[in-house]
Amino acid sequence: MAIFIQQLINGLTLGSIYGLIAIGYTMVFGIIGMVNFAHGDVFMVSAFVALLLFMIFTTLLHWALVPALLVVLVLAMAITGLWNWTIERTAYRPLRGSFRLAPLISAIGMSILLSNLIQVIQGPRNKPVPPMFTQVIPIYEENGYVAGIGYKQIVIMVVTAVLLALFWYLVQKTPLGRAQRACEQDQKMAALLGIDVDRTISLTFVMGAALAAVAGVMYIMYYGVVNFADGFVPGVKAFTAAVLGGIGSLPGAVIGGLLIGLIETMWSAYFSIDYKDVAAFSLLAITLVFLPTGLLGRPEVEKV
Amino acid sequence: MTTISSMPLLQVEHLTMRFGGLVAVGDLSFDVARGQITALIGPNGAGKTTVFNCITGFYKPTEGRLTLNHDANHHYLLERLPDHDINWKARVARTFQNIRLFQGMTVLENLLVAQHNTLMRASGYSLLGLFNAKSYRDQADLALQKALHWLERIHLLDRADDAAGDLPYGDQRRLEIARAMCTDPLLLCLDEPAAGLNPKESLELNTLLTGIRDEGKTSLLLIEHDMSVVMTISDHVVVLDYGVKIADGTPDAVRNDPKVIAAYLGVDDDEVAEVEAEVGL
Amino acid sequence: MSTDMSSPSSTFPMVKSLKQAGFVGMVMFGLCVPIVAFRAEQNMNNELVLQSRWWLTLVFSVLAMIGSFLLSLYTHQKSHTAHSSAPSSVTKALSALAPRLTPLGFACVIAYPMVMLAINGPGGSIKWIDNFGIQILIYVMLGWGLNIVVGLAGLLDLGYVAFYAVGAYAYALIATKVIPDTFPELGFWSFWICLPISGLLAALWGIILGFPVLRLRGDYLAIVTLAFGEIIRLVLINWVDFSNGYAGLSSIPRPSFFGIPFNASEEGFAAVFDLEFSPIYRTIFLYYVILALSLLTAFVTIRLRRLPIGRAWEALREDEIACRSLGINTTITKLTAFAIGAGFGGFAGCFFAARQGFISPESFVFLESAQILAIVVLGGMGSLFGVVVASIALVGGIEILRELDFLKQVFGEAFDPSQYRMLIFGFAMVLMMLWKPRGLIAHREPSIVYKEKKSIGSDMVQEGHG
Repeated sequence: MAIFIQQLINGLTLGSIYGLIAIGYTMVFGIIGMVNFAHGDVFMVSAFVALLLFMIFTTLLHWALVPALLVVLVLAMAITGLWNWTIERTAYRPLRGSFRLAPLISAIGMSILLSNLIQVIQGPRNKPVPPMFTQVIPIYEENGYVAGIGYKQIVIMVVTAVLLALFWYLVQKTPLGRAQRACEQDQKMAALLGIDVDRTISLTFVMGAALAAVAGVMYIMYYGVVNFADGFVPGVKAFTAAVLGGIGSLPGAVIGGLLIGLIETMWSAYFSIDYKDVAAFSLLAITLVFLPTGLLGRPEVEKV
Repeated sequence: MTTISSMPLLQVEHLTMRFGGLVAVGDLSFDVARGQITALIGPNGAGKTTVFNCITGFYKPTEGRLTLNHDANHHYLLERLPDHDINWKARVARTFQNIRLFQGMTVLENLLVAQHNTLMRASGYSLLGLFNAKSYRDQADLALQKALHWLERIHLLDRADDAAGDLPYGDQRRLEIARAMCTDPLLLCLDEPAAGLNPKESLELNTLLTGIRDEGKTSLLLIEHDMSVVMTISDHVVVLDYGVKIADGTPDAVRNDPKVIAAYLGVDDDEVAEVEAEVGL
Repeated sequence: MSTDMSSPSSTFPMVKSLKQAGFVGMVMFGLCVPIVAFRAEQNMNNELVLQSRWWLTLVFSVLAMIGSFLLSLYTHQKSHTAHSSAPSSVTKALSALAPRLTPLGFACVIAYPMVMLAINGPGGSIKWIDNFGIQILIYVMLGWGLNIVVGLAGLLDLGYVAFYAVGAYAYALIATKVIPDTFPELGFWSFWICLPISGLLAALWGIILGFPVLRLRGDYLAIVTLAFGEIIRLVLINWVDFSNGYAGLSSIPRPSFFGIPFNASEEGFAAVFDLEFSPIYRTIFLYYVILALSLLTAFVTIRLRRLPIGRAWEALREDEIACRSLGINTTITKLTAFAIGAGFGGFAGCFFAARQGFISPESFVFLESAQILAIVVLGGMGSLFGVVVASIALVGGIEILRELDFLKQVFGEAFDPSQYRMLIFGFAMVLMMLWKPRGLIAHREPSIVYKEKKSIGSDMVQEGHG
């Protein structure tokens, strides 16, 4: 039972990170129907940006941990947003409305480009940061094994929840969100009604990247290490989360993320840690085959 | 015992199609007689295309039975067949409201794709064809002759090597009909074949369709908005409104039916007069 | 960062371009902070320390500014000299050259090892025949195999490397474990026995994996196939008893000259044909084997395209719903494309294992699938000639980048050019898509001609939805 509770907490923490990345996939897919293959690598870039900013504020400027983290979070969101804005502007926008495979290939190229760029400019080795928020609150004890919730896990879940609420408000209640939903339905019509479609799509990419950056900061905090190749697998898992929740649906992405996190930790604890990625990929395949609209997606009626 | 000629080719019985809470077609029954042109008409959104999609297997009906009678002993329950078998086994072919040609393939290729199953058998599921066996070449030649025959009938022989997507709209409509005919259907379902045609093309279409009917092998079921086409060529008209049949009979009977006139233009008397004028009353 | 020139004024809009260049420079600067400006390195105590590199950031920003300015100059020039709607000269030239180049290219490809041998001698030519010739031909074959799936049938497969892996592991396992235990006398023939088995096994896996997923459409199919590719790789890593995990399988028998091994023994190839022993003979033989396998792929593809099955594939790419209305069983049609494509991948995998003598899961990563797909898409969907050009450009390009050791003299010993290979590859993939989204060969040849052959422009050809 203690193990179960511990894995439940770990799973929810991990799931929060996946959920944040998944939103980027789901929003971009929703608005331009494209799987942004490079999104996992954008997340990885954001983790590096966060790592470097964290180092700058703590070792060069000697800030205290909490204010440093807050500033790092905001700056990382902005810088990653700029990255994704540039990527969309240069690699995807010129291909919009052309051959369907072209943006996908371009995105795959961008994914390769980003991970290798980081490898070249930051080196191929793991980058560890000193552990932070190491305290753990014990909550359940059984036969000497103590299940607890770490401070950083609390921080991750709280920050995720707050940002999701903010983001939810942005998408549901503001003119930007309305423009986004209009573009999702019908870009041509939205343009005719005076919505700047290009700008809306750009902002969607920026928002997705900002949330990926939050995930990046959390990732650095949680694991304390990042590597240039760390974009692919979390990216695929987050995509699985987006599909599982129903691609295009924001709450779906979060629920999907939490589910994937839980499945991964439970699988590792009770079955086989070696096969945890196999489990994630299998889940992706099974979901797509048997539940292609996901948990919260709308069923698609084939138009004849 | 019913004889073949008196047994309808297609019997639609209590067909119902629901999408969630919406009833697109409700308890619809009608027959398509052998050797006739049957028209399915009704205002926009009346559920005509949904009926087509049920007959041709793209939708599985919520309720009801669709029987296609080849002869006294061979019946196909269309709602139980997968869509490709509806064409290949039950021999029902269709066209689409928004033309669905293989745009990047040539006109000739379009007509050969339509003979896929026959050719596939002849090519020994590609094995004989890979070695260019004589039996396959003969069959391929027959398929080509059939395609050319239809191209001639729709006056497109000159454009056999052009991309189907390059053809003008009216030609594309005729090509789609020819492609469906290359599958040797017993029932040909046409979804608004006259939409977007000019009067001359419309007239050509009438000749083509009545020609197909008069050859006696293929019966036609068509959805059409152009009343001049419907009234000129159809032998039997079924009128739908909000997914429910409101009239069923000969063109003359239907056009005098007050319910039909009301469905088309509401119940306003002035407009009734207009529609009467339009349908040539 | 090109913006359209709104007015067709003939003077170059200097101020606007400069402003834009300034903006691009600023964006670049923003991107580089802090990821280029600082580098985190571990010190002796395994702690990260920062090294600042502001000069590099400045260099990047200035380069971006210059690039942006040159780009606006270029687009300005182009808008006054060429009509933008006409297909570009490269596409046109390649399309026109394709039929004429084929016999010539054929002759070159057959003569290539001999020419290399004559120029570089037995020692120096191994690199050219193996790294360039064989390597490119493997990708040509994989490209042609995947072309059946993606180019003809319009099914997006991001896990093609899985079938390559199935072929390679099938050969490696059968040749190292099954044959020595059961029919040791067949040892020298193992490659030739396993080649068809590998292909069939890969095709079978194509059917097993394809059956549940082929009703998915578009990007979903791409992602599922990616997942399958990764699952197969992860299983190969983790199921150590079966595949020896990360360590891979080694001492895989090399192909024999139809029973005569390439070794220095009495029965060896060199002794039998009365030649001086040299490893080059095996390399040359391998070259012709993969050439023959590729040509087989091309032959089958060309033939199948003119058969009903090939037409059905292309029809499926054009409009799946219309296919169904014409009585075509789309599931079976897709499965055949998937299985045949997979089968050729299996042949290539078998050859790969035999050529390397060693395989490990590292050879079958997602990047390989991406590379093969990039070759097919860049070549122009469905075009065999395009795949050849794209393979030479991409694979040859990557191999050329291995030869950049002279740059060490420019940038110092610490500079490792091989690090930049994949960076340049990714960059090239993006640029090529921007330059030619429809691929190099942007037209389709009809599969049957009544009177006059007319090729069909790419704007008409559909890309497939599944």
